[in-house]
Amino acid sequence: MSIAAQFRLGYPGFALDVDLDLPGRGVTAVFGQSGCGKTTLLRCIAGLERSAGRLSINGDTWQDAGAFVATHRRPLGYVFQDARLFAHLDVAGNLDYGRRRAGPGPAADRAAIVDLLGLGPLLDRLPERLSGGEQQRVAIARALLTAPRLLLLDEPLAALDLARKQEILPYLERLRDELDIPVIYVSHAAEEVARLADHLVVMDGGRAVAQGPLAETLARIDLPIRLGEDAGAVFAATVAERDAEWHLARVEFDGGELWVRDSGVPVGRRVRVRILARDVSIANSRHDDVSIMNLLPATVVAHAGEDHPSVVLLQLRVGGTTLLARLTRRSAQRLDLAPGREVWVQIKAVALIG
Amino acid sequence: MLTPSDLAAIWLTLKLATVTTVLLLLIGTPIAWWLARTRSWWKGPVGAVVALPIVLPPTVIGFYLLLVMGPDGVVGRFTEWAGIGLLPFTFWGLVVASVFYSMPFVVQPIQNAFEAIGERPLEAAATLRAAPLDAFFSVAVPLAKPGFITATILGFAHTVGEFGVVLMIGGNIPEKTRVVSVQIYDHVEALEYTQAHWLAGGMLAFSFLVLLALYTLNPTGRRK
Repeated sequence: MSIAAQFRLGYPGFALDVDLDLPGRGVTAVFGQSGCGKTTLLRCIAGLERSAGRLSINGDTWQDAGAFVATHRRPLGYVFQDARLFAHLDVAGNLDYGRRRAGPGPAADRAAIVDLLGLGPLLDRLPERLSGGEQQRVAIARALLTAPRLLLLDEPLAALDLARKQEILPYLERLRDELDIPVIYVSHAAEEVARLADHLVVMDGGRAVAQGPLAETLARIDLPIRLGEDAGAVFAATVAERDAEWHLARVEFDGGELWVRDSGVPVGRRVRVRILARDVSIANSRHDDVSIMNLLPATVVAHAGEDHPSVVLLQLRVGGTTLLARLTRRSAQRLDLAPGREVWVQIKAVALIG
Repeated sequence: MLTPSDLAAIWLTLKLATVTTVLLLLIGTPIAWWLARTRSWWKGPVGAVVALPIVLPPTVIGFYLLLVMGPDGVVGRFTEWAGIGLLPFTFWGLVVASVFYSMPFVVQPIQNAFEAIGERPLEAAATLRAAPLDAFFSVAVPLAKPGFITATILGFAHTVGEFGVVLMIGGNIPEKTRVVSVQIYDHVEALEYTQAHWLAGGMLAFSFLVLLALYTLNPTGRRK
């Protein structure tokens, strides 16, 4: 079960040249700056753009040297950045447009999908009467109702303001947990990627410069694109204890435990933890006379320069988990943080993300 | 009041405009679709030919159509060979001429509507399993409805108002080619001003009502 995609496409001033081998399930995020070719890649997968190459999805060939399956014959769902609802149809009409044309095979469960995306009260509205977030939810449901075998999402949150994003993200998380088809999610927002993705492809200048499991790929410090303020580690943990007095929760991960703000997640639940590199500082010995709660022993693995010459990015190993820390080059030299050195990491902020 | 020959002229005019408009919607829609979406070098020349009747005197169009459909013309030879006979001075000759004459008034609104829709809804339709022809009828045509309404009204009204082309191609044969505009001309020539007033006033009212309908029912701005 996998997705093999190889595309080569040239425009004046832009070339796409990718060779991807993606898992056949879970959410793969395609991450990169605007203009790096991630939307073009998605359009090639959908057949909206014709390029030289090959594409097979879990054993079905959609494109190779001699064949090109037209978009309308590919069992995919596509959610555009701008929703693209049909203005002449109400929400129900939009939802049924693809569903009626989906052809044989097990039909999608309309009631379940309408419920999953909270569309019940909107069914008889026209698209022009919907907010941006509502439009995008209808677009996602419309795509799912074709019972696709691959779901493509092209920056579905990019056109929305922060409040609308927060409104849709929980729906996308439920989608990730309940769908059993592969999802390819294009985004330039590191936070969305950290929350939603299982697998990560990093694109730069029309090429895939890195691909692999999310935690592993995010923890790499040798990539040519810099995340700056967004650089950080993401890993899995389990809620082990909730402290009612201080409103804190203790989570355990492969490498130790962390105290985080109690957000109401029940004990035993698997969570995703994100620690930004800028929130991690380093000490050569354990200090108990600081305000920081989370102190963990770690080993320096490697370091790399950042955009600004004053800054370095440090890769550290804490048990089986990799963390990133961002500090000044001067501090790194003063503390003699060479690879192999045993240190203590002081973690100022930990975010539970989904 | 209206004489029997006035009524015959009105009936003939309505018949001609209806047949012409229906034919133009059938012929003009694919042309408009092609013009709206092609990147071919031919877009310019074809668009210019379609637009010619806007700038040419009707007598010029009528003159050339008369030659082409006449006994020595390409079309005339074909229609004679096919057993239809010659088209000039028949109702169907008028229909052919009207189709050419009113073409831009039907093609251009539809073309503009298709261009305004753009590629995006059609791409969305393709990702929802709609084949190209299906997407055309289920997405492009409904979204272009205002363009089709404008095209129908303008095509019909422009055909009702034609005079020069009719005189060149159709002459002035009662119940075959004598439409309202020619009938008015005859009345005026015969100094029958009262008769002329009835028809001319009727045309004026008709044209005003048509344009009123166009501008109130189908505003070009945002839908309320």
